[in-house]
Amino acid sequence: MKNPQGYWMANLKILLGCLVVWFVVSFGFGIILAEPLNAISIGGYQLGFWFAQQGSIYIFLVLIFFYVWRMNKLDREFDVHED
Amino acid sequence: MDLRVLTWIVVGITFALYIGIAIWARAGSTGEFYVAGKGVNPVLNGMATAADWMSAASFISMAGLIAFNGYDASVYLMGWTGGYVLLALLLAPYLRKFGKFTVPEFIGERYYSQTARIVAVLCLIVASITYVIGQMKGIGVAFSRFLETSYEVGLFSGMGVVFIYAVLGGMKGITYTQIAQYCVLIFAYTVPAIFISLQLTGNPLPQLGLGSKLSDGTHLLVKLDQVLVDLGFNEYTAKKGTTLNMVALTMSLMIGTAGLPHVIVRFFTVPRVRDARASAGWALVFIAILYTTAPAVGAMSFFNLINTIQPGEIGSETGNLVYEERPQWFKNWQRTGLLAFEDKNGDGRVQYFNDKDAEFLLKAESEFGWAGNEMTKIDRDIMVLANPEIAKLPNWVIALVVAGGLAAALSTAAGLLMAISSAVSHDLLKGVFKPDISERAELLAARLSMAGAILVAGWLGLNPPGFAAQVVALAFGLAASSIFPALMFGIFNKRVNATGAIVGMLVGLSSTLIYIFMFKGWLFIPGTNTFPNTADYWLFGIQPEAFGAIGALLNFASAWVVSKLTAAPPEHIQHLVEDIRVPRGAGTAAAH
Repeated sequence: MKNPQGYWMANLKILLGCLVVWFVVSFGFGIILAEPLNAISIGGYQLGFWFAQQGSIYIFLVLIFFYVWRMNKLDREFDVHED
Repeated sequence: MDLRVLTWIVVGITFALYIGIAIWARAGSTGEFYVAGKGVNPVLNGMATAADWMSAASFISMAGLIAFNGYDASVYLMGWTGGYVLLALLLAPYLRKFGKFTVPEFIGERYYSQTARIVAVLCLIVASITYVIGQMKGIGVAFSRFLETSYEVGLFSGMGVVFIYAVLGGMKGITYTQIAQYCVLIFAYTVPAIFISLQLTGNPLPQLGLGSKLSDGTHLLVKLDQVLVDLGFNEYTAKKGTTLNMVALTMSLMIGTAGLPHVIVRFFTVPRVRDARASAGWALVFIAILYTTAPAVGAMSFFNLINTIQPGEIGSETGNLVYEERPQWFKNWQRTGLLAFEDKNGDGRVQYFNDKDAEFLLKAESEFGWAGNEMTKIDRDIMVLANPEIAKLPNWVIALVVAGGLAAALSTAAGLLMAISSAVSHDLLKGVFKPDISERAELLAARLSMAGAILVAGWLGLNPPGFAAQVVALAFGLAASSIFPALMFGIFNKRVNATGAIVGMLVGLSSTLIYIFMFKGWLFIPGTNTFPNTADYWLFGIQPEAFGAIGALLNFASAWVVSKLTAAPPEHIQHLVEDIRVPRGAGTAAAH
């Protein structure tokens, strides 16, 4: 292990980025901004409603797998990976 | 074939399957009881976690709440999926690195305190018992329909089955049984959804069907909005509650997900830290299949329900369903007492509309000759089970849904009871009060606490403090306000000490519990509530289900302040925290 402090800070940065996306798609687009977004329709869905009942879930999924990929890369960069 | 016989056969086959797999898998892996996930790859572990996680609340109850609340019920969809992001990012990898088996064990060791461990057990028990009450409601509904009896008889039969199921015990720890349960429940959930989506919109994917056009060329959601407004309700897609309440409820469900002990333990036992991260992702894949289907089930079942009751033009003399010609499902659910009709205007027809809206009621009375809403009771929790019958799907589909609902409710109830009994027998008795207890006595204590929990939850389930998903939401609020902050601080803050964590957990748990009891009745006993459970009396308009988010804030704040005022944790604890932040060196999870 070369630099545990650097690894932890890099981890926190990635975490924070992911949590911002997590917050924006659910609390932001799905709830707080839902009404203005509902003015836009895709297919039969109003956009705010779509984020609340479909979109946020898909983005959560992408987010977790992005984090897994990014952290596995980071583990190698800082030489803290397993096996 | 007769529906009743068919249901018995399908339920029987699925139960035989679970027990068969349990016996088969057990023979090879008796010694690996606690490390069921070891050597199972993250995809399969994710599937098992999904079965463990999705309960009567997700399967039976949630789509019904979506049906009747429309957009506002989105909080359940976002809350119960978004929590997995927190779990994967904030907790799972670190708790895996720590390498113990129960949540109280982590808290006891990180905060170097037996008191902290006891408080964590208390929080765990309160949240889990509340959760089991919700399952009992769902099981009661499913059994009352399945056995064609009243809700009460259904509930008692369900309690018996849960007891036998949970006492068989080991079954729960075996990942392959849960994989089978996942397959049954997801098949049972999606098949009717696909059928109904095809019927209504011609699109086989419910996720797309919900945004598609009906045969008359209008979009389903537009039509639903319009029909609801015509009956005096709010638009389906419109926001009815306050933004603050929705944010608080969603947050409470999310951090509750990341604080519920029976979910967290699944990530303790995967082989590596990187698998813990990925497992949470795979669990969410399998959960998302149901959660993105549920909004379609909600909207479409509600649309079909209204069209059954109101087949003709609203307000016309022959626009409503003739009571004597009501379909079989209507009669079946009336028998359970969960659906009730009263012919208020004596015309022999059924009217369903919003008589709480004074303006519309006046119009309905003077112009249509209606005299109030005649569907005096539609329990939200019947919608998913009634859905295939309302859509006139074949009997085997209906039988399948009953089997799926039972699989969901039983697997989770059994899991929670295991969590409660291991907290009592292992963490409390063996860990703290009586370390020299014999293995037989420990097992006996486990069984007794299980039976006690079933009796308490069943009794409270007779008059549950809400629909299944709402009761479960209360449990999440309790987990959110008590356990989640202690875990977060345990990993992300080296300064928080034993006193801080103990005070924080107690403040979070008690504030949330008191707020819930004030509106839902003390100890959930009906009629003992201090205030009526309506928005006028809620603090800042925050409903009891959503207070967990506030409780968590109070927990964080008090733990932080108290820690600042008292001595820092000892050196070796600070090293422990540094160690769990780095993946390398995670051994296999250590035995107790």
